[in-house]
Amino acid sequence: MTDYDAIIVGGGHNGLICASYLAKSGRKVLVLEARDAVGGAAATETFAEGFKVSRCAQWLHQLSPAVRQDLKLADHGLVFAAENLATIALSAEGSHLRLAGDTISGADVSPEDEQAYREFRRKMRKYAGLMRKLYETRPPKLVEHDLRDKMTLAKLGLGMKLMGKDDMSDLMRLILINIFDVMNETFSSPTLKAAIALDAVQGTPMGPRSPNTVFTYLHRFFGEVLGYEGVSQVKGGMGSVGEALASAASSHGVVIRTNAPVASIDKTHDRITGVTLESGESLTAKAVISSADPKTTFKSLVGYQNMEVGLVRRIEHIRFKSGTAKVHLALKDLPTFKGLAPEDLSQRLIIAPSMEALETAYNPLKYDECSEHPVMDISIPTINDPGLATSGGHILSAIVQYAPYSPKGGWDALRSTFLDTVINEIGRYAPNIEQLVTAAELLTPADLEAQFGMTGGNWHHGELTMDQVLMTRPVTGISQYATHIEGLFLCGAGSHPGGNVMGLPGKNAADEIIRQGVLA
Amino acid sequence: MNAVSRDTMLLETPFHSRVAAMCQVNDWGNWMGYTTPNAYFDVELEYFAVRSTTGVFDLSPMNKYRIQGPDAEAYLNRLATRNVSKIGIDRVGYTVWCNDGGKVMDDGTIFRFGAADFRLCSYQRAMDWLLWCALGFDVTITDETEAVAALAVQGPTSCTCLTGIGLTDLNTLKPFGMRHYQFEGAPLMVSRTGFTGDLGYEVWVPPEKAEILWDRLFEAGKDYLIKPFGSYALDIARIETGFIQAGVDFVPAEEMVRPGRARSPFELGLEWLVDLKKPLFNGRTALLKEKREGSKFRFAMLNVEGNKPAEHSFILKGEQQIGTVTSAAWCPTAKSNIAFAQLEMPEGRVGQDYVAEIYYQRELHWTRVLAPCTVMDGPIFNPKRRRQTPAIAH
Repeated sequence: MTDYDAIIVGGGHNGLICASYLAKSGRKVLVLEARDAVGGAAATETFAEGFKVSRCAQWLHQLSPAVRQDLKLADHGLVFAAENLATIALSAEGSHLRLAGDTISGADVSPEDEQAYREFRRKMRKYAGLMRKLYETRPPKLVEHDLRDKMTLAKLGLGMKLMGKDDMSDLMRLILINIFDVMNETFSSPTLKAAIALDAVQGTPMGPRSPNTVFTYLHRFFGEVLGYEGVSQVKGGMGSVGEALASAASSHGVVIRTNAPVASIDKTHDRITGVTLESGESLTAKAVISSADPKTTFKSLVGYQNMEVGLVRRIEHIRFKSGTAKVHLALKDLPTFKGLAPEDLSQRLIIAPSMEALETAYNPLKYDECSEHPVMDISIPTINDPGLATSGGHILSAIVQYAPYSPKGGWDALRSTFLDTVINEIGRYAPNIEQLVTAAELLTPADLEAQFGMTGGNWHHGELTMDQVLMTRPVTGISQYATHIEGLFLCGAGSHPGGNVMGLPGKNAADEIIRQGVLA
Repeated sequence: MNAVSRDTMLLETPFHSRVAAMCQVNDWGNWMGYTTPNAYFDVELEYFAVRSTTGVFDLSPMNKYRIQGPDAEAYLNRLATRNVSKIGIDRVGYTVWCNDGGKVMDDGTIFRFGAADFRLCSYQRAMDWLLWCALGFDVTITDETEAVAALAVQGPTSCTCLTGIGLTDLNTLKPFGMRHYQFEGAPLMVSRTGFTGDLGYEVWVPPEKAEILWDRLFEAGKDYLIKPFGSYALDIARIETGFIQAGVDFVPAEEMVRPGRARSPFELGLEWLVDLKKPLFNGRTALLKEKREGSKFRFAMLNVEGNKPAEHSFILKGEQQIGTVTSAAWCPTAKSNIAFAQLEMPEGRVGQDYVAEIYYQRELHWTRVLAPCTVMDGPIFNPKRRRQTPAIAH
């Protein structure tokens, strides 16, 4: 008799979602979270006295509608402060480009670009629709001849056939190449090209010329086929996603313990028995399901010495690089962006003047150096959600690229310099920003790793590259959520289909565990 | 350590000056990057030195890895299929190690110098794998292949020859035991181990003592008809006594290219080396599964009629081909024609009769022989003197 049917390591969104589905199916589930709040990368935290911010992920644009519906997240407090925001690509001269749905306006766009944009989105929707057939189920293995996997592949094959010859052959051509080439063959506006290319490289250690960036763009674009149009802002910050998920989980009987860091996942000769907390407390379960990234799970919690070596080698080979940092600024007042209407400050603002600028910003990352002119994705959440600044003022939150995990010279020496670089860069568009800043925080990839437990600071829990997706995510042999160790499962972003606050790894893992009947 | 030369493709062992001087037929082979003699003067006579007097074999190219540190025993227990905790200090154990799929990567010997101090000798280069295995363990692994010179001294008079260079009381050393001596002001280790199935020892010294060791040994062994022997003679001896060889009788699992060509310890007749009671070792899960579901192949030692070695032969059961031969030799002492074969399960039980389809050529004329053969119950050559302690003196 075990304490629980399942223990979920990590109370991030995927852990909570997996827990909820398992509890819904009648299982006794415990979630253990190391931090003092659940949600993982969906976190709202105070970074300066009186200023709360979505400290890791800042937008919601992919959370699975099935999850939202099945777990009744609206009833559990998931409310949007603003939905379907436009993306505004800032120009230092004040001639900005606005992207909203299928339309673009402003800046230097031509009617040809407007037409090409609609066509590009049509095609991307088709491709993302095809991905959906793969994303919403376990990834198929190729050699085991499993009927279920064959069905997935058949659906994929049929989906490709139904796309029509031209779109299908174009997909085959595009999927492995880079966003730089695709943009140049599709559009003429440098601002438009860069705005799309930024989406392709966010959260990756890649530049627009890197192969694989069409695939990362499609992963990002995936939200558009789930019913999202652009990004949305959650009321109360992303932490509210975690709270709503926790509330839903609790309503199904899931026990959630925060401040309960797991020291080890325990096993006998042949199977997982439970976990031991850092406090020394041991808990038993029929299965342990880890939403921590695969390296943390196997290296730190199971222990390489307790595993077979081939698997150790594969886990060690997973690439976890990131070039993404977060910057949070507490502001006395709203900044003024040249040529930008005040009501547009509430939208998603991006700084990515051209693809050349993106690539130039990326170059130093290859040598573990910081960008001189970083590119960024900016949110001023306090306009739509004033409650985040409890005693007035505003917040500027930015996803900033590129900053290495361990720069030459170390972050201690570079932290304030890079923060100044970021503020100066924003200053090129909003000249008064420097005078408005009352407090500032930089979270480097190393900080994101330390605070949110993501190896390398990579928010996908492992780079999203063609060799690390589908049946090779996180590694060959453990791609269907079950691992080589009986009773140990993975449900985090390191598993198929990957990162972003999407929830499908957690849901797919639960589906698979229920289907296998391992908790019965 | 890095004795890589731009001038010669193959390295020389520390004994090379002496080996070259005695290698009358000048027939050399490449053993793991070292130039080593296939034969010195006459393969059969070299073989008979091992079986009748003493043969000396330069085994310096053998890969040697020192494994030390608090977790050394746990580390080796995870690496190897056998229970390393049961190998006492100053004892040696033969073992194999497997990949995750339970297929044999290599075989070798573990020498235990202390509670947390071991040497692993392997046929393959193993540093990469050993370092992967080390993640999560507090161990240091040092490649000491070049730091240790070694000779195999094998045959009925080997104990006497070695006693003659000052290894006193060597006759009391038990099989698979190790003992430490001082030799010419340097440490010398001797183990009662070998690859010939006879009374025999392996002697391990620092490379700078290699030549003096060789000279002293041949001086002491002169009256006991000591001779050097090369890899061809060794091959006959090891087949006669039933020792398989990596790269010949099985494909090292991590070198395998074609699926299904690697073999498990069960499929190589090495079940006795696998301790499934150990909580964890590499390949355990797969081997438990194989144990439950059955193996695909069986290793068999065949006694083949006639005197034509069944090299590369098919093994037939009636018309049906049920396996192939991996090693074969006419074995002079046993006066038997021995072959090692991989047979498809459930074939290969002791006493079963098959036919070996042997092809051989005489003066450009190929002849096919269908030689009846029988599965033997263990190796044909297994003399009492191999185990006898105290070892026989002459």
